[in-house]
Amino acid sequence: MTLKSLDELVQSDRVHRSVYTDERIFDLEMDEMFEKTWVYCGHESQVKEPGDYYTMRIGRQPMVMVRDKSLAIHVLYNRCPHRGVELCGNQSGNTGNAFVCSYHAWSFNLDGKVRAIPLMKGYDGTAFANSDYSSNMVPAEQVDSYRGFVFAKLSKGGPSLLDFLGEAKVAFDDMCDRSPVGEVEVVPVCHRVVQHSNWKFFMENQLDALHPSVTHQSTGVSARKVETRLKATHGSAPLHYHYLSTFASSFDQWDSVQTVNFPHGHGILKAYMGLRPTDPDTVEYESIMKKAYGEEKAEEYLSRSIHHVLIYPYLSVQSPLQQLRCLRPLAANKTLSEIWHFRLKGAPEAIYRRSLWYYNLVNSPATMINADDLENWTKGQWGLESKGGEWVSFHRNHGGDTLKDGVLYSNNGTSEVVMRNQFDAWKSYMQHSFYASK
Amino acid sequence: MSNEVFKENLGQGVVIEAIQSMTGAESIAPDHMGRGSVPSKGYLPTPKVVDHALLVEVQNFLYLQAALLDAKNWSAYIDLFTPDGVYWMPSTPEQTDWTSQPSIFAEDPLIMEIRMSRITHPNAWSQAPMWGTNHLVGNVMIEDSSPNHLEVYSRFQMMELRRDDVRHFGGTYRHSLVRVGGQLKIKLQRVDMVNAQAAYDYVIQAWV
Repeated sequence: MTLKSLDELVQSDRVHRSVYTDERIFDLEMDEMFEKTWVYCGHESQVKEPGDYYTMRIGRQPMVMVRDKSLAIHVLYNRCPHRGVELCGNQSGNTGNAFVCSYHAWSFNLDGKVRAIPLMKGYDGTAFANSDYSSNMVPAEQVDSYRGFVFAKLSKGGPSLLDFLGEAKVAFDDMCDRSPVGEVEVVPVCHRVVQHSNWKFFMENQLDALHPSVTHQSTGVSARKVETRLKATHGSAPLHYHYLSTFASSFDQWDSVQTVNFPHGHGILKAYMGLRPTDPDTVEYESIMKKAYGEEKAEEYLSRSIHHVLIYPYLSVQSPLQQLRCLRPLAANKTLSEIWHFRLKGAPEAIYRRSLWYYNLVNSPATMINADDLENWTKGQWGLESKGGEWVSFHRNHGGDTLKDGVLYSNNGTSEVVMRNQFDAWKSYMQHSFYASK
Repeated sequence: MSNEVFKENLGQGVVIEAIQSMTGAESIAPDHMGRGSVPSKGYLPTPKVVDHALLVEVQNFLYLQAALLDAKNWSAYIDLFTPDGVYWMPSTPEQTDWTSQPSIFAEDPLIMEIRMSRITHPNAWSQAPMWGTNHLVGNVMIEDSSPNHLEVYSRFQMMELRRDDVRHFGGTYRHSLVRVGGQLKIKLQRVDMVNAQAAYDYVIQAWV
């Protein structure tokens, strides 16, 4: 594909349907984006002890994140250098002191260096023994973490992790700062849901403020009915009814919610989530926070107006509720999402339980929200595979956004600046210029 | 190699002795534990011999509950629960508490009402395609019984059709039943689904 055709495919206010459907473009995305940039692996607390491992895909590559005896974390290709067999056949576990291949028992230390090969003398005098043929597991080119969240990069050079994240690092700051000790710990349950759609549908949807009151109407109004009744009979309703009923807010309300669009396709959907009621649990939690950080800092941390933060092209972080969804694209029309929940270390149990309601109602595989999103994306994928039209329109409020210090702010929450900003980043990746400019 | 040499070679095999020798993998890494976390052994019921009429009453109750799901009679389904009853599908068999750990479902009748109302809403978009389920419930064992309280174990198998795709789910029900005005009601239904932590192809829209 030439740059010219890229310019034709992705224009400032519309994109060609093939960027969602063409397997060749999907392969290019894997080459140029997922297998080149920083990709989220997992949280440090997923591999607490030496030998603990967690496997995931970075682009099309099977990887394993493992903690060694010195407690360092490595991210390695989950592949035996002998005949290519994957070394870990589980999603997670503990492999003891070594990885051992199930085929011919080649074994490797936890840093991926070869430990033993059976009947080693069989290699005497062969090219294998005399050449630089590696008998080690291959590591990711770069591994780094930010506030406990581990990322790996399968290419050399390019921006550092912090440069890649830019201002979007607030995803992890907002999550961790809400703990009085500044740390979170993973809840060891990972829900996995397969989306029958291109990964871009999910990324666009996350900051799409026009869809909730349409797509989630059925759940929003149903929750509002019960919430209203509880308020009438009991004077108040627990926060989890509010989690669901806000989805039925009016177009105007959603239009007043601002999006913040960063370089590299990252972004924030703002909106105060009503997490500061004056019940005894919240009062206790806020006093713990003030003790830990002082009045001013605690107020700053607790009053951040964030619905969620997007790290393009694969992560949606709902930091105020400590949940995270990570995409692992499988094909142009198939995407695996991994859904995680975290605990605020040092915060009262009641605060965890409050966010757990959101995880159960919105993010579990029995979600009352994503059921309708997934339906949209599946039908969206089918529609874009058709010849009924060539273009996807992102004209809404085109030219009506505010650029300040390289950040695009929507003047209307429902502006399609979100998608335009993501496709700017997409084009940069696909043109290699993202790396050349660094 | 001439035919004669080849024949001779074939006659000179070594017999591989498995007895008393260390396996290849053991000799390389005797301490290896490649399986990682060993899956839970699951829950073993302790059935009690009860009056046959009671067993039949409980069986009918479970079969009717499943039939209400398949008939999409959501309202009557929710009415089987006590006002403080809970429908709980944990994420893993090890979980012991529906309030402190992530669940697939953790719903009281008020949340169930929201789910019912959502599914039956004319603009529940995900409900537009053809959708239906078929439940089979069996292996019913009463584990504990007193005049007003029963602990019941059973197994279920559910086939679901959505659009043109069929999915299968299966697992264990554990019902804590109470008797209210002579009628059995569900105080807690725990559903340990074998597929609970497998990747979901689409999501689950109604109780299993």
